[in-house]
Amino acid sequence: MAQQNRLIEGGRIARDSVINFSYNGKTYPGFVGDTLASAMLANGIDVIGRSFKYSRPRGIVAAGAEEPNAIMQLGATEATQVPNVRATQQELFAGLVCQATNGWPNVEFDMMSSLGSVGASVMPPGFYYKTFMYPKSMWNTYEKFIRKAAGLGRSPLEADPDRYDHYNQHADVVIVGAGPAGLSAALQAGRSGARVIIADEQAEFGGALLHSKESVNGMPAMAWVASVVAELATLDNVIMLPKSTVNGYHDHNFLTIHQRCTDHIADRAEANVSRQRMHRVRTKWVVLASGSHERPLVYGNNDVPGCMLADAVSTYINRYAVVPGKQLVLMTTNDGGYQAAFDWHEAGREVVAILDTRSYKGDQTSAVINRARELGIKVLTGSAVVEVQGSKRVSAVSISSLNSQGDKLVGDVTQLSCDTVASSGGWSPAIHLSCHTGSRPVWSDEVIGFIPGDTVQKQLIAGAIGGAFDLQTALAQGTKAGAQAASNAGFDIDLDAAAPTAESVAETAPMALFHIPHPKETSRAPKQFVDLQNDVTAAGIELATREGFESIEHVKRYTALGFGTDQGKLGNINGMAIAAKSMNKTIPETGTTIFRPNYTPVTFGAIAGRNCGELFDPKRFSAMHQWHLDNGALFEDVGNWKRPWYFPQPGESMQQSLERECLAVRDSAGVLDASTLGKIDIQGPDAREFLGRVYTNAWAKLAVGKCRYGLMCGEDGMVFDDGVTACLADNHFVMTTTTGGAARVLEWLEIYQQTEWPELQVYFNTVTDHWSTITVTGPNARKIVDEVVDDIDLSNEAFKYMDWKAATVMGVPARIFRISFTGELSYEINVQANYGMRIWEAVMDKGAAFNLTPYGTETMHILRAEKGFIIAGQDTDGSVHPYDLGMGWAVSQKKPFSFIGKRGMAREDCVKEDRKQLVGLMTVDPKKVIPEGSQAVDDPKQAIPMTMLGHVTSSYYSACLGHSIAMAYIRNGHKRMGETVFYPQADGSAIEATICSPIFLDPKGERQNV
Amino acid sequence: MFYIYCPHCEEHREEEEFHAAGEAHIPRPLDPESCSDKEWGEYMFFRTNPRGIHHELWVHAVGCRKFFNMTRNTQSYEILEVYKIGEKPSITSAAAKLQAQSKVQEGV
Repeated sequence: MAQQNRLIEGGRIARDSVINFSYNGKTYPGFVGDTLASAMLANGIDVIGRSFKYSRPRGIVAAGAEEPNAIMQLGATEATQVPNVRATQQELFAGLVCQATNGWPNVEFDMMSSLGSVGASVMPPGFYYKTFMYPKSMWNTYEKFIRKAAGLGRSPLEADPDRYDHYNQHADVVIVGAGPAGLSAALQAGRSGARVIIADEQAEFGGALLHSKESVNGMPAMAWVASVVAELATLDNVIMLPKSTVNGYHDHNFLTIHQRCTDHIADRAEANVSRQRMHRVRTKWVVLASGSHERPLVYGNNDVPGCMLADAVSTYINRYAVVPGKQLVLMTTNDGGYQAAFDWHEAGREVVAILDTRSYKGDQTSAVINRARELGIKVLTGSAVVEVQGSKRVSAVSISSLNSQGDKLVGDVTQLSCDTVASSGGWSPAIHLSCHTGSRPVWSDEVIGFIPGDTVQKQLIAGAIGGAFDLQTALAQGTKAGAQAASNAGFDIDLDAAAPTAESVAETAPMALFHIPHPKETSRAPKQFVDLQNDVTAAGIELATREGFESIEHVKRYTALGFGTDQGKLGNINGMAIAAKSMNKTIPETGTTIFRPNYTPVTFGAIAGRNCGELFDPKRFSAMHQWHLDNGALFEDVGNWKRPWYFPQPGESMQQSLERECLAVRDSAGVLDASTLGKIDIQGPDAREFLGRVYTNAWAKLAVGKCRYGLMCGEDGMVFDDGVTACLADNHFVMTTTTGGAARVLEWLEIYQQTEWPELQVYFNTVTDHWSTITVTGPNARKIVDEVVDDIDLSNEAFKYMDWKAATVMGVPARIFRISFTGELSYEINVQANYGMRIWEAVMDKGAAFNLTPYGTETMHILRAEKGFIIAGQDTDGSVHPYDLGMGWAVSQKKPFSFIGKRGMAREDCVKEDRKQLVGLMTVDPKKVIPEGSQAVDDPKQAIPMTMLGHVTSSYYSACLGHSIAMAYIRNGHKRMGETVFYPQADGSAIEATICSPIFLDPKGERQNV
Repeated sequence: MFYIYCPHCEEHREEEEFHAAGEAHIPRPLDPESCSDKEWGEYMFFRTNPRGIHHELWVHAVGCRKFFNMTRNTQSYEILEVYKIGEKPSITSAAAKLQAQSKVQEGV
């Protein structure tokens, strides 16, 4: 198929490499070196989407990141779908498959356009807010249709097959943008020996020079670019990153650079190659040389395909050898805009007229006007396009003369035939990155745009971002900034090195014009689009200000100006100018909205990098994990730990497994992998004193060889962790914490020692991973442990409850703690973790004769609940103190030092009568298990909202008791023993239960003391 | 993301290694029992939350595990100084008005 708009020569494309791509199911040819946009224009594709709100046909407007319309859905397979790809930034590759994202059922025939054309006045700004807000319940219904009609692209339904990387890098100077300013800066900084990273979003370095006909140092601009790139390539200290967008500029000079490694090659990356990479760079200095975006003018029907930016027209002609039309009308407020007409003319197509909005006095003229006239191009000064005719392509324009301020039309409206309208309203500096760290941009009347404001970052700017739009100044500023940045970063460099030279041309001052007046008032004129991606019109902005939205931030949110994936790169300044004029304010008075990261959309793949799948969150395994796997354990996540939940046998239900495990422990013996409990080694002469301050109970007299249970509270008196601490020596303790609370408890100990009591000599270290803990529990525990212990007497007389002893187990040094979380005779065997599996297997082996049964966290929960032992975090929630738990026995009010929590739990609210208190519950129906979280009420027939007394924290069926049991909070519960409460359920029923002590089994603790 | 100089390790490290631990210089009352409920409540819950100069407690959580103080501008996010526990800040909101330019964060 012929590429009807392709010139027979020129451009930076490889004409011998024809490649095919598919757009909306149809195949087209292009060349290597094309972007998707240039290839589409070469093939004469005018309509590439439908607009967001009005469903109007839209064409390609720009040639870079600022493109608002050509947003494509890319991907040849379901797994490689990528939404939100700007055709102007996507390099063409063989086999590229893309779809227009807007338009239903398709872009050529769009269902919504019937609404769009009729709906001109039907859909004002705030339309969705005003129309679809009520009734709220209907939003879900509306949303489906709105989304479908709006076509915002879609995410893939299958997993992304590609891999993405993160690089962490450090640099002395990062240069953003490899146009003339950026390259000059890189040369200087690179030559100084500084570590330099220069990144540019385009495939090739050069920026605006890639389509420029200017010269640098007496050679064609791109020859100069090639010489700079060649020199930089010889410098080991310089990293050049093309196809890499600096998308975020974060605090303390931290930049995120999104590099697209293989997006230009194929639909997905080769095996073992990263598709994209996120560079996370910390740098001493930053040089922003990010250039500028051309600003379109706002006129009637300025969204009809064929309306483009002037510089984009030049880019397509010079860089891609594509002329996107036959007859051009150019409208410009500045000299730079003329270039598009010159390039069009040189390409051999017709320039119908140049409309220069500026008024010239008498026979005053300028270099560009003279050149145009020499080429035989008609130049109309003080004139503008007021309206475009055509729907799927421009067919003609209405033009008129303007007054010198540009706010009124003078004379008659006449028509010109054409198929393309290029407009240039000047250039808006690309200040986005400078805003990311909170710096407010400032308006410059001279630049006619916002430029970067004061910043606390170590940042310099060079070139068009600061309003230096001419080549000579950009080169000079880049040279200076590069040297200055390197020098600031500590490198020795000549700050006055000569800059590359370019020809400097005298220019006529540009005109500050944004919105072309129309013979009709704005609200009645044809739509004048400001933000093409969000269908925001000049009339809409005026309406917003009339409705009282005076802050530009409110205007933005009400109209959706700048809300799209393009972040209003084209429309924002025009929108602010229109809002300002409508409110009779200046643009600086109106202010600007702030750009935030990211500059252009970033894929989730690049954000996630390798932190996905198995690597998304670290997993922690005990030394016995493989045994658990081999024996069919199901697992529960506790913190990052994978703990066995229960060990089902073939054919068992969960409940059957739990009952079997529980009964085995009570009848004979069970074994639990308790390695995950937090373990903190505490040493120092003041360790004992310290424990007394962080725990609620007394530690002064705990003898070596003894263990004690402790509650830990915050300064508010509320329990946040608990555990057993053993005295290993007079100045040496080992503390256990809950599995999930270990890190927090360690930090808690550290902060008090370091900031409040630095005079206490005590040191902490986590030893959780150092030890494997095997808990053998049940009436036969002693017999089993005796079989594996080599050297100590386990008798009740020699080794008492709450003692610990050093021992040798199967030849391995061990610490054995006689403590119990089940209420049964228990021994916790601690061995160095790398012996864990061997000892576990030995215990299992010896225990076989006693039906030693492995159990998991669920059975552990049931067994402890039968004994009324709390689990911090399940039966506590940060709002209960030890007395609420009925654990006043664990609080020593006699300690000399006011321990953490003592003052807090003495506050007025903590000592009042009717606090919620932890109690036990026995259901009237022994089989009925109350769902955890259920709320108690006294009267189940009370009208809603009922008076709630407290909730159930733990609830199980106890096989051992043959009864459902629960732990729960009840207001004033300790004084309500024996009373009945009800737990209303979602199905309307209410479970009746009797309040009792939470110790359901062996209240005297005889079973553990044998 | 902040770039934080740990005064104990004596080098800059990434924010990911640190935890913020709230406002600095809030000493635990030496005699809690003599505090009224109101005074104890102020100690526990009330913080200055300033716009501008703020003294904060940080910990090099996955580094040396040591706590230290930081003077930070909550508007600009500049870290103006770090200093050890027990030391006094050299930059305060009053002094900062005189000293427009921050202490430079060197390193990398």
